[in-house]
Amino acid sequence: MTEPADFLLAVEGLTVSFDGFKAVDDLSFYVDANEIRVIIGPNGAGKTTVLDLICGRTRASAGSVRFRGRELTQLKEHQIVQAGVGRKFQTPSIYEDLTVFENLEISFPRGRSVFGALAFRRDAPVRERVREVASLIFLEPLLGERAEALSHGQKQWLEIGMLLIQDPALLMLDEPVAGMSVSERRKTAELLRRVLRDRAVLVIEHDMGFVEDIAHRVTVLHQGRVLSEGSMQHVKSDPKVVEVYLGH
Amino acid sequence: MTESRVLPRKDLIAVLIFAALILLVLPLALEPFRLNLVGKYLTYGFVGLGLVLCWGDAGILSLGQGIFFGLGGYCMAMFLKLEASTPEATKIQSTPGIPDFMDWNQLTALPWFWRPFHSLAFTIAAVPLVPALLAFVIGLAMFKRRVGGTYFAIITQAIAAILTILIIGQQGYTGGVNGITDLRTLLGWDIRTDHAKLVLYFVSGGLLIACLLAAQLVRRSKLGRILVAMREREDRVRFSGYDVANFKIFVFCVAAALAGIGGAMFTLQVGFMSPSFVGIVPSIELVIFAAVGGRTSLLGALYGTLLVNWAKTTFSEDLPQLWLFAMGALFIAVVVAFPNGLAGLVQDSLAPVLARLRPQRAELRPTAPTVVDAAEQGGVR
Repeated sequence: MTEPADFLLAVEGLTVSFDGFKAVDDLSFYVDANEIRVIIGPNGAGKTTVLDLICGRTRASAGSVRFRGRELTQLKEHQIVQAGVGRKFQTPSIYEDLTVFENLEISFPRGRSVFGALAFRRDAPVRERVREVASLIFLEPLLGERAEALSHGQKQWLEIGMLLIQDPALLMLDEPVAGMSVSERRKTAELLRRVLRDRAVLVIEHDMGFVEDIAHRVTVLHQGRVLSEGSMQHVKSDPKVVEVYLGH
Repeated sequence: MTESRVLPRKDLIAVLIFAALILLVLPLALEPFRLNLVGKYLTYGFVGLGLVLCWGDAGILSLGQGIFFGLGGYCMAMFLKLEASTPEATKIQSTPGIPDFMDWNQLTALPWFWRPFHSLAFTIAAVPLVPALLAFVIGLAMFKRRVGGTYFAIITQAIAAILTILIIGQQGYTGGVNGITDLRTLLGWDIRTDHAKLVLYFVSGGLLIACLLAAQLVRRSKLGRILVAMREREDRVRFSGYDVANFKIFVFCVAAALAGIGGAMFTLQVGFMSPSFVGIVPSIELVIFAAVGGRTSLLGALYGTLLVNWAKTTFSEDLPQLWLFAMGALFIAVVVAFPNGLAGLVQDSLAPVLARLRPQRAELRPTAPTVVDAAEQGGVR
C-alpha cells in the first residue's frame, strides 16, 4: 500500500454501524490533491454516511480518516472545517432570514471564536471577497436580498459560495444539482468546473451526464463497501456495477 | 465605502423615544406610587432584553430566567440585609450582628458565603457575575452535549423549581419563604423614602437604556448574525467552522447577567427579595412579557413588559381572579396569531406606510451602495 501521506485524503477501514447494521463497512479509498472524485451507488449504499463520517457529523465505529496526514476521526466538526474540509448538504442549507451578503460573510474564515465574532469588522477584504464569490455564483445583483427570496437553484449556488469563501482544500458536495432545472444544471456544471480547480472535490451525484462531465475518477459504493473504482469508462463497463446500479 | 454608523438612525430614534418615555414622560405624569410600580416593571425589562438575544435571536428558550433574576436580587438583598443588621440594630437577638432570620433559626455565626456581601463593590460585581456563572455551568453541561429545544426549556424550569425549594428549605441561610425583608439603607442612604425611590427609578431606567444599547451592539455585530444563523441552521454554522456550543453558552450567560441586574434593581426599588420571584411561574411570566412585546425586537420586549404589567396591575385591582385567565389567553393569542408579538404587528402595519412616505429618497441613491447598505442594514431586525 502506498504511504497515506501522499494522498490529500486517505480513508482506511472506515466502519460505522447503527444498531448492528453496518452502513459503511471496512471502506478504504484515497483522494489526490486537485482530484474530482464522484461517489455513485444505489440508494442506501452509504454515500451520504461517508461524507458525514469524514466531516465529523457521524462518529466512526472503526477505521481512520486522514486529511493531509492528520487524523480527523477524533476532531470536532468545527475543527475539521478549520483543517480545510468543506461540506455542502443535500438540501440547500442556508440562513433564510439573513441576506445573501450576510450568508457569505458568516462563512468568511475569520472571527470564528465568540469574542472574535464580537470584534469582527466588515472591512474592505471581507467586502471584496464576498463580492468576488457572489459574482462567481451568479448572485452579485442579489447581495442585499434575503436568502429566503432565492430560487432553489440559487440557494444551492449560495451554499456552494459559502463553502468557496472558506477556501477549503477538500470540498464535499452532496447532490449539488438535485432538483435543478436543465439550465440551472448547465450553469452549475460551469460553476463547478471553474471553482473546482486547485482543490480536491468529493461529489455524490445520481445524474450520470453530470458525473461524466466532471469526474476524474468514480467510486461505486454498494452496501457500504467499494464495488468498483476507476475512470467513468472503467466503472461503466464493470459487470458488477451494471448489475447493481447502472442496469436499473 | 465607509463603515456604517454604530447604530442606524432609525434605531437610535426609537431608543430616544423610549428613553424620553421612561425618563421624562412617565416621571412627570405619574404619582410616586405609580412610578415606583413602573420602576418595578422596568426591572423585568432587563430580563426581556436577555430573552430577545437568547430566545428571539438564538432560539434558546429558557423557562428559568427567574433563577437569574432571583440570584441578582438576592445578591443585592444580602448586602442590604447585612447593612441593616448592625450589632446595635440587632442587640436584642441572642447573636447580635447577624440578620434576624438567622437568629430565629438558631444560627450563631454569619455563614461563609454571606461574608463577602459586606462589600458593596463585591456585591455590584456579583449581581451580574453570579447569575452568569450559574448560566455558564448549565450551558456547559447542556450545550456541549447538544441538549436543546424543549429539553433545555424543561431543564431550566426544573432548575428554577429546585432553586426555589432550596431557598425555602434552607431558611436559616436564605430567609426561607419570606425571603430577605426589612431592607433599609444603602451605604447609610434610606432607600424607603419617596425621594430615594425616584432616584432609584432613574438609575434603573438609565441602566436599562445602557443595557438596551449594549444589546443592540451585540446584535449589530457578526455574533448577532451568527445567533440568528444558529437558530435557523445549526449544522450549517457548525460546518462553517464555529463551535456552536460556545456561542450558545455566551448568549445564555449574557441573558443571565442582564436578568441579574434586573433582579438587583428590583430589590432596591421594592425593598425585599423572596423565592416567589425565582420559581416556575415568575419565569414563565417573564417569557410572556417578552413574547407579547415581540421576542425578536429589543424595544418590543420592553414595551410588552410595560404593557402586560400595567394590564396586570389594572386587572388585579378590579378583577383579581380573572387576571390569570386573561394572561393565559394573551399568551395563546400571541403564540397562535402574532408570533412576533406587538413589534411584529407594528412592523407589518407601519413598514408599508413608511415605505410610501419615502419613495424619493430611495431613488436619489446611487445603485451600487444600495446593495451593500441593504446588506448591512439586514443585520438588525
